[in-house]
Amino acid sequence: MRNLPWTAVGIIVTMLFVAVCAPVLAPHSPTDQSLAEKLLPPVWEEGGSTRYLLGTDVFGRDMLSRLLYGARVSMIVSALALLVGGGVGLVIGIVSGYVGGRLDSVLMRIVDAALAFPAILFALLLAVTMGQGLRTLIIAISLLLWARFARVVRGEVLALKERDFVALARVHGCSPARIMATHILPNVMNTFMVLTTLYVGVVIVAEASLSFLGAGVPPPTPSWGLMAAEGRGKIASAWWISIMPGIAITLVVLAFNLFGDWLRDRLDPKLRQL
Amino acid sequence: MVGDTILEVRDLHTHFFLRRGVVKVVDGVSFSLRRGEVLGLVGESACGKSVTALSLLRLLPQPAARTVGGEVLLDGENLLTKSSREMRRIRGRKIAMILQDPQTSLNPVFTIGDQLCESIAKHHPGKAATVLERAIEALRRVKLAAPEQRMHQYPHQLSGGMKQRVVGAIAISCTPQVMIADEPTTALDVTIQLQYLKLLKELQQDTDMAILFITHDFGVVAKMCDRVAVMYAGRIVESGPVRQVFDNPAHPYTQALIASVPKMRQRVGRLYSIDGQPPEFSALPDGCRFAPRCPLADARCHTTYPLSVAVGSAHTADCWKPGKSV
Amino acid sequence: MRRYILRRLFQGLMLLVLVAMIVFFLGRLTGNPVDLMLPEDALEEDRKALIETLGLDGPLHQQFAIFAANALRGDLGDSIRFRGPVVDIYFTRLPNTLMMLPGVMAVALVLAIPLGILSAVHRGNIIDKVSGTIAVLGIATPNFWLGILLIFVFSVQLGWLPSSRMGGFEHYILPTVTLGTFLVAGFMRLIRSSMLEILDSEFVKLARIKGLSETIVVWKHCLRNALIPVLTLWGVFMGGLVTGAIVTETVFAWPGVGRLTYEAVIFRDFPLLQGVIIMDAVFILLINLFVDILYAYIDPRIRLAD
Repeated sequence: MRNLPWTAVGIIVTMLFVAVCAPVLAPHSPTDQSLAEKLLPPVWEEGGSTRYLLGTDVFGRDMLSRLLYGARVSMIVSALALLVGGGVGLVIGIVSGYVGGRLDSVLMRIVDAALAFPAILFALLLAVTMGQGLRTLIIAISLLLWARFARVVRGEVLALKERDFVALARVHGCSPARIMATHILPNVMNTFMVLTTLYVGVVIVAEASLSFLGAGVPPPTPSWGLMAAEGRGKIASAWWISIMPGIAITLVVLAFNLFGDWLRDRLDPKLRQL
Repeated sequence: MVGDTILEVRDLHTHFFLRRGVVKVVDGVSFSLRRGEVLGLVGESACGKSVTALSLLRLLPQPAARTVGGEVLLDGENLLTKSSREMRRIRGRKIAMILQDPQTSLNPVFTIGDQLCESIAKHHPGKAATVLERAIEALRRVKLAAPEQRMHQYPHQLSGGMKQRVVGAIAISCTPQVMIADEPTTALDVTIQLQYLKLLKELQQDTDMAILFITHDFGVVAKMCDRVAVMYAGRIVESGPVRQVFDNPAHPYTQALIASVPKMRQRVGRLYSIDGQPPEFSALPDGCRFAPRCPLADARCHTTYPLSVAVGSAHTADCWKPGKSV
Repeated sequence: MRRYILRRLFQGLMLLVLVAMIVFFLGRLTGNPVDLMLPEDALEEDRKALIETLGLDGPLHQQFAIFAANALRGDLGDSIRFRGPVVDIYFTRLPNTLMMLPGVMAVALVLAIPLGILSAVHRGNIIDKVSGTIAVLGIATPNFWLGILLIFVFSVQLGWLPSSRMGGFEHYILPTVTLGTFLVAGFMRLIRSSMLEILDSEFVKLARIKGLSETIVVWKHCLRNALIPVLTLWGVFMGGLVTGAIVTETVFAWPGVGRLTYEAVIFRDFPLLQGVIIMDAVFILLINLFVDILYAYIDPRIRLAD
């Protein structure tokens, strides 16, 4: 555990803990409005109340509770998007790399095309055609991820394919599907783990940005990006509404990036270009 | 024609300061090189040969490595005390070097002419036409066909052998007194290795420059060198005229190296190889560094570093049992 | 060289077709296209007219043929919100975005190249540490929040700079910084890591052996080689730039194409969004082509490969 970035690990653990325990930790409901108590500043500012430690937003909802639940939204979206997008990328990368030939070149063309075009535009389009929601958001972010995963995993598989144990399995008459599942897959899991960690930050920022643009989770779900958007017009009088969720996003993304860098250096240093 | 001493290295110490400790990669190396002479520096990979060469040029990897002791006298002047500005006037002009891999030693985005001329223009500033002429002349001397056209080409348009000739042309373009050739043929196809060695030998004889020839291959030493120094784990363990060392290797390590050269027309069942690995620089033995792999080693070999003994005229070896065959 | 450019152009056109097809099918298959393309209060005869002109009662491939033919004639439909041809609206907004881009690119290059190079050359010193921290923070900070933060500090608290809309020079500063930060951070990290590799390379060693000064070694021998990965990974930056432009223009109420995209989303203006995406694809194709030419200019292995 040499050089483990302890601060980063601390932030990540806290984030996970908060995401799981938000209902227990939150002093208020994240969605209950109380218009009489709207725009209350945090407790340390003049006019702040100990009832709302981090103040309230434009609808009088408790900032602290919304931030805590926001962690939950971020984590759910990250986990699902990485599972779907990363999983699709993993499978396509393995098949493309192992099968090779024409299938490989067709798949890689598609990957190149997907990488060449900004995924956000499709994400926005999906929100308009399919409607806002968790499902749309997961699909949208998966669109951003799959090609990146597929390309890296494929490169790894190409190298593995030449190794003796794969040749041996082939000589023993293993079917390609079996070789991919039992010989290739376990050997690309390290790379997959590193990629997953490195992309948590990307997914969190993507979720927040889409929510900010009105194409993420629908209100009143407490998403950090949505919170920042809601407070944007009140930046002069109620700075905390926009600034606080941003601090949360930056801290968490920073922590995941640092941890991902550490994991990559330990498990898979050749991915450094990412 | 072997003349007076041009390069003298005295008790050179180069250490790597790493996080896990100090590593003495060059640990008291001394040798001298006379005008018109080819000295072979032989040893397994990672024995300190290349670091010795880079120490002479003061181009060690920064900030890890530093030369901490010794003298490098070029024409009587100590290079280790020169300012970096003075060193830049010496590199390329007085000492040149050929690197191992021609595929990577030329910059892919500049033309051959550009990379050749910048060195000439730096050391012999003059009219563009003069520089150009000199560059083409250098290419001609390394026997590269159609030198005028090559000037406009990029490295990727040339074969490995041609690229190594260009590197050779860069090295001789400013008529250096000393050339260091660090395994110049290792990365070349076997068929063109001999050609390249012949070329180097011719260039050396034409210009009377001295060559420090670094290699791991005793067969190449026999073809190229006048004298040879055998390096093991940061020290020179034996040195002398090539013929003498070849016929009468005194150090068991030298004997092993020579025995491992495959000989034509010799019916041996299997090739000779040395058991074991060279010691880690971070954990060098107290005594003779070869002792752990040496079949002749006794208690004294393991505890005390051997004295240098003369085993012939100008032929010395660091061994407690010089000349005993394995 | 010509073959390389032609191949890249062909790939770009294929991408354009692919984008158009995805946009088309998403519009036709996820719901009722008539509802997507007309305002909720549209009259029955408007609906009929739309079905008529787009052939919405015919099979999909016929619909696509009509769509493609219209697109080729420069007709990408009418915006619901702005009640006018999408292409016209796009072109009235485009100059505003284009006025911001040169500044952003200039800032990104002027900062990222020297900082990336210097932090690699003087690895571990103060420049490296400061720029490394900026890079890490720049990548972790979402663009929209950086914009809001800058408005809070420089407009609200200090009152130095305007917080929104276009205007004189001072209006450009905050949006440029917001959009530039992401690019600077990304370029800088990439240049630093490729510089470290290059500084370790044999040709740099040989350049030093020739007696060249460090200035020439770094700024002549390394610089061009260090730019190559930036150009090869251009697509990744392009994605970030488009995302950044949408978010930044939204935060600063900048009447450009990015803000137009945002408006299309919040007003659920499908025809507008569809048109913007296709026009963006055309625009990206042109920029990529320019980058490809630049790449060929920098790397002779590409330029001379035929």
